[in-house]
Amino acid sequence: MKIVVAMRQIADLVEELEVDASGADIDREFVKFVSNEWDEAALEEALCLKEAHGGEVVVVGVDDVDFDQTLFGALAKGADRAVKLSCGFEGWMPTAVRAEILARWLKDEAFDLVLTGVQAADDLDGQLAGVLGARLGLPHAAVVVGLEPDGEGFKVTQELGGGVTLTSHATGPLVLGIQAARQAPRYVPISRIRQAMSAGGIEEVEVEAPPARAPRVTRLFAPEAKGRAEMLGDKPSEVAARILELIRAKGVGVS
Amino acid sequence: MLLAVVETRKIFGGTTHLERVFFYLLALVVLVVFFVGLGLRVKKYMAGRPLDAGRFRRARVPLEKPGVSAPIPLTQTGVDIAANRTVSRRNHAVGGAHLLLFWGFLGLLAATIIVGLDYDVYGNLTRIFGGKELSFFKGWFYLAYNAVFDTAGLAAIVGAVLLAVRRIRDSKSSVELDYTRAQKPKSGYSRAAMTAGDHLFIFGLIFILATGILLQGLRIDAAGFPSFERWTWLGYLVAAGFGALGLHGSTAVTAHFWLWWVHILTALAFVAYLPFSKALHMISAPANLMVRDPGNTRRLPPPPPGHAGYLDFSDFTSKELLGFDACTKCGRCHSVCPARTGGAPLSPRDLILDLRQYADRKRGIPMVLDWEERPDQSGPKNLEGRLAGEVIEPATLWSCTTCMACVEICPVGIEHVPTIVSLRRSLVDAGEMDPTLQAALENIATQGNSFGKSSRMRARWTKGLEAPIPDARKEEVEYLWFLGDFASFDERLQEISRMLARVLTSNGISFGILYEDERNAGNDVRRAGEEGLFEMLVEKNMEAFSKASFQKIFTTDPHSFNTLRNEYPAYGLDKPVMHYSELLASLISQGRVSLSGLGKKVTYHDPCYLGRYNRVFDAPRSVITSAGCDLVEMPRNRTNSFCCGAGGGRIWMDDSVLEERPSHNRIREAAELDVGYFVVACPKDYAMFSDAVKSTGNEGRMKVVDIVELFAEASGELALAGSAPEEAPES
Amino acid sequence: MAENDVVVIAERVVGGHPDVTFELLGKAKEIASALGGEVHCLVVGDSEGHECLGASDHLHLVEGEHLWPYNPHAWESAVSALLSELKPRLVLASTGTVGIDLCGALAAQSGAMLASYVVDLSLEGSSLVAVAQLYGGKLMAECDLGEGPAFVTAIPGSFAGLAARVDGVADPIAHGHEGAEVRMRHVALTEPEKTGVDITSEEVLVSVGRGIGGQSNIELAQELAEVLGAGLSASRPVIDQGWLPKAHQVGKSGKKVKPKVYLALGISGAPEHLEGMRQAELIIACNTDATAPIFEVAHYGTTADLFDLVPEILDLIGG
Ligand SMILES: Cc1cc2nc3c(=O)[nH]c(=O)nc-3n(C[C@H](O)[C@H](O)[C@H](O)COP(=O)(O)OP(=O)(O)OC[C@H]3O[C@@H](n4cnc5c(N)ncnc54)[C@H](O)[C@@H]3O)c2cc1C
Ligand code: SF4
Ligand code: SF4
Repeated sequence: MKIVVAMRQIADLVEELEVDASGADIDREFVKFVSNEWDEAALEEALCLKEAHGGEVVVVGVDDVDFDQTLFGALAKGADRAVKLSCGFEGWMPTAVRAEILARWLKDEAFDLVLTGVQAADDLDGQLAGVLGARLGLPHAAVVVGLEPDGEGFKVTQELGGGVTLTSHATGPLVLGIQAARQAPRYVPISRIRQAMSAGGIEEVEVEAPPARAPRVTRLFAPEAKGRAEMLGDKPSEVAARILELIRAKGVGVS
Repeated sequence: MLLAVVETRKIFGGTTHLERVFFYLLALVVLVVFFVGLGLRVKKYMAGRPLDAGRFRRARVPLEKPGVSAPIPLTQTGVDIAANRTVSRRNHAVGGAHLLLFWGFLGLLAATIIVGLDYDVYGNLTRIFGGKELSFFKGWFYLAYNAVFDTAGLAAIVGAVLLAVRRIRDSKSSVELDYTRAQKPKSGYSRAAMTAGDHLFIFGLIFILATGILLQGLRIDAAGFPSFERWTWLGYLVAAGFGALGLHGSTAVTAHFWLWWVHILTALAFVAYLPFSKALHMISAPANLMVRDPGNTRRLPPPPPGHAGYLDFSDFTSKELLGFDACTKCGRCHSVCPARTGGAPLSPRDLILDLRQYADRKRGIPMVLDWEERPDQSGPKNLEGRLAGEVIEPATLWSCTTCMACVEICPVGIEHVPTIVSLRRSLVDAGEMDPTLQAALENIATQGNSFGKSSRMRARWTKGLEAPIPDARKEEVEYLWFLGDFASFDERLQEISRMLARVLTSNGISFGILYEDERNAGNDVRRAGEEGLFEMLVEKNMEAFSKASFQKIFTTDPHSFNTLRNEYPAYGLDKPVMHYSELLASLISQGRVSLSGLGKKVTYHDPCYLGRYNRVFDAPRSVITSAGCDLVEMPRNRTNSFCCGAGGGRIWMDDSVLEERPSHNRIREAAELDVGYFVVACPKDYAMFSDAVKSTGNEGRMKVVDIVELFAEASGELALAGSAPEEAPES
Repeated sequence: MAENDVVVIAERVVGGHPDVTFELLGKAKEIASALGGEVHCLVVGDSEGHECLGASDHLHLVEGEHLWPYNPHAWESAVSALLSELKPRLVLASTGTVGIDLCGALAAQSGAMLASYVVDLSLEGSSLVAVAQLYGGKLMAECDLGEGPAFVTAIPGSFAGLAARVDGVADPIAHGHEGAEVRMRHVALTEPEKTGVDITSEEVLVSVGRGIGGQSNIELAQELAEVLGAGLSASRPVIDQGWLPKAHQVGKSGKKVKPKVYLALGISGAPEHLEGMRQAELIIACNTDATAPIFEVAHYGTTADLFDLVPEILDLIGG
């Protein structure tokens, strides 16, 4: 079984994100970039599958700030290959562009599965798995929380919200957006990452950044800052009504 | 009585030549067994990594203190052994009894050797070469010999009896003597043989000593009380006793004959038994004390070359293997261990015993008694299993707070902490750890702090200060202040950090900080077993240091203090490192501040990494007393301080499995003192104990304060942050 | 005119139609009337129980055995076929599993624009303008979707539109769908089990602290959680006392949670606790002590006594 894991960098949400001079993107100069947490789950699932059923795990992604770190981390965790697609693109890459770059690279690779994170914090024009699936003409599914080889294909379990899960059988190859792996992403000791770094082993592939249609961001702004809690008073009946209103407004199921 | 009397006695108790041959053959067999046993053990030690593997990177530590960061000089070790100082520590009764037995036994050993030299060597040589058997065991030498060694015999037997009485009397009540394991194997286990081994050892000794003395009495009695034997005063007294009982003449001779054989056979048996039993500590303990190096705990040794952590037998150093053999099961480490006290599945004693059994089984060295049995092949019987993870359970290894209480008290100089960390390293390498620890390590790896906050927020706490803190990377300062994560990021502690900043500023101290360049110092990261991350942090911090200009470092956090002071020098740090309590104390001692009396009744908790690790005891106390506080010492103080439970990465792990958190134990101890304030000098302590005061229901009765809060209030410039508990007794 | 029409994909996978569908219908009506078009609602699979979708001008039912229960590959093909017939200006779905499964792929296939995580949508001139919530809610992006066809997936709860729950549907239009090319088949649909506790996956958490007072009061909180469809979590002292099992603990030494709503009852807000729940989207705190630090991170607070407040809420929902 050959599993391709599509990974990417994302601005570290721990940081305070600032808007750059254009007003339409974050200030990428000063922000730290880390591996997308859902992609890490996808990698974990791939590694678990490999450990259970054998096969090969290939990690691939479009080059970005500190992406080497992520790739070395993946190699240290047990990925067999790490591929960096360099295209000189700078700034906010639309999902459509990312999908196109990956699709072009994937056409020369044989694979059974492409796993990626279910989402990333900035994928304004859609989540990668669906877009890439359509581009490759493959069946795809998002919010995947379970994956098992089954006969000729795979059993894929998706979370449908409210705790309902759906299991389908699909014949591969497949593109899946992973929500959670069967176990929390493993810890890789720094010494192993350093070993991977000194061993090198990242394949670099030059690619072209294709144009793609994506919404034009006109303004990026912070939501209104919230200070101390707004006090709802202390009259239980009134407060109870307000609380219910607030919860309902979040669109979550109150019976 | 003008007859020329030669003051001597017959050595050999037997009569016939056959008996003599039998004796020599037996003695030969015994010596062979003894030396083979000893040889097996020595070979085991040699199979370990070389002794000095642990002394890697011994770079000069500014302000080295012997016995703290520098090795203990051999002369001191000699005195420690001779005076049984490590045994007497915190337990003079047992120490005194042990000292009697120790010197008494050594005396008797010398006595035996002298007789052997005379009878077997000198006697035989003169017989073979001179034709006539000679002896120097006579005359004044004989008299002095008896007088001296009878005293030794008495000392030994008194010591042994005292120890035996204590062992029997306290066997139920003493935590030290309770052999119940802290980690309970699923299959069950039995340590009955260990108890039997202890009893055999002590009662066997008493038996041999007692028969020896009785023999003397019988001999003197049988010989008709020659007057010179009065020098053999103890034997003479015993003989007088026999006489009074009516035992005389040939009955005494016969009794002497049989008792002699009993005595000799048990003594020989003891010699043969020694290398395979608890008695081994007579050799292994002093040997281990000579190679001990408490600096190894303060400055952890690196992993074995090529391995991330300990994987199998061959990763242990010779010293560790010797240490395992030196353990006497005295249980002192077991009793002081905060993990064990809290009900965690770790006892340093059990750990050492398990590793000893594992090592012995691996090398095929039998132990007679002194051995734990289990129905299955788990734990130390699992010779093929993973050392960290199966032979020793992960939960056992993760329970250690690295408080060093065990290393401090172990009378035979075993260093548990480096071994525990070496084993943890293997777990970390396999990615096996508490999810909360994993999250903390990941945060530290990406953000440089365990809070998972952006490193740019590191100096956020300085907001609201009237005078901005100089940036040591931009301007020259005398002191570089290294805050550590808690003092930088924890909301409760930021207020205290600001207070310290104000105090230092108003006292004209030139100091600066590294702002966003400061990283977690890595003390606890290293002790959690993540060596690679530790090295990365050292590199980052050293890089930041190199950008800054300063003369000295002071830290808020005792953990950072330890690693900066003891471990960073190996990576090139050549500046003195202080703790802020020392800085405050020096302000006072230089007369730069005048403190007014606060009149508070307080107690003080010695943080492990400040006190036990780095021997800073007096500086915080001088701040407290100079602030006019009435300091009531905790029952467990200074080197005997009890850990708050946060060290060694434990603060990042789940401790709800504990029956009692160490911090709760500690607050209950303080609650007995009827003081209003629990003074700390460590940010983690502040967090741990504030929670513990609440959880133990002592809120309102006792308040946790930092020494800088006392200092600030007493210097009159600043009011104590937050209000004092209302009912706090102010005396 | 089709090119001014708005399509809403009904994302029902079990039970009745979810609230978000009505919110989308409400928004669809608004946009369609501004465009001068009509609202279509697509119901795939099960054709029962659609009377409540009366806010749409046209209800399309796509039936086929392979379409029910939900099958991502089959739905994609069915919706795709229908959309190429309808050629709408705008397709609305939510950022739930169905919306994510379908919209990215359908937009890519048809070359339409797509905006995800949308919390606001309007027509400015002839352009669609969306506001999306990005970076875990830290930033909002206003974006221009242009004048061509577009897909929008909205965060549930963003459009107040429950009013669009209108009964009475004019003749639904039935469509067929061939499942020949579908490479996925249904295996199982599992309703949530109530055994395994996973407070990290709850959308709403009722969290109790030491203020709950004792084991016997946990029931009260449990009841509240049940009627709110929420999970029950707690601060460490509650776990330590053995009032709730460890799996319920939020905080430094427990779980980190990011629910949509976190209702903190009798929790003071120690840093170790805040570490675990700070990122909740909406934090409502109930604590009798007005100076409790929990109010520093909560969005809304009350100093009412929790033992007065909780029964009130229960009454309101029950009544
Ligand atoms: C290393 C470490 C790790 C820790 N990890 C965690 C962790 O993971 N999670 C965690 O939660 N804590 C953790 N703690 C403990 C933490 O420090 C606090 O002690 C704990 O969070 C306090 O819990 P609490 O708010 O429920 O209790 P309290 O602080 O006692 O607060 C109870 C609150 O209830 C209010 N109250 C009382 N009665 C009522 C009423 N009738 N109605 C309304 N309000 C009422 C009171 O005003 C008070 O503010 C940790 C501590 C340490 C040192
Ligand atoms: S260092 Fe402390 S916690 Fe660890 S084993 Fe020794 S006494 Fe126990
Ligand atoms: S390790 Fe040391 S302190 Fe612990 S039981 Fe053995 S000899 Fe005693």
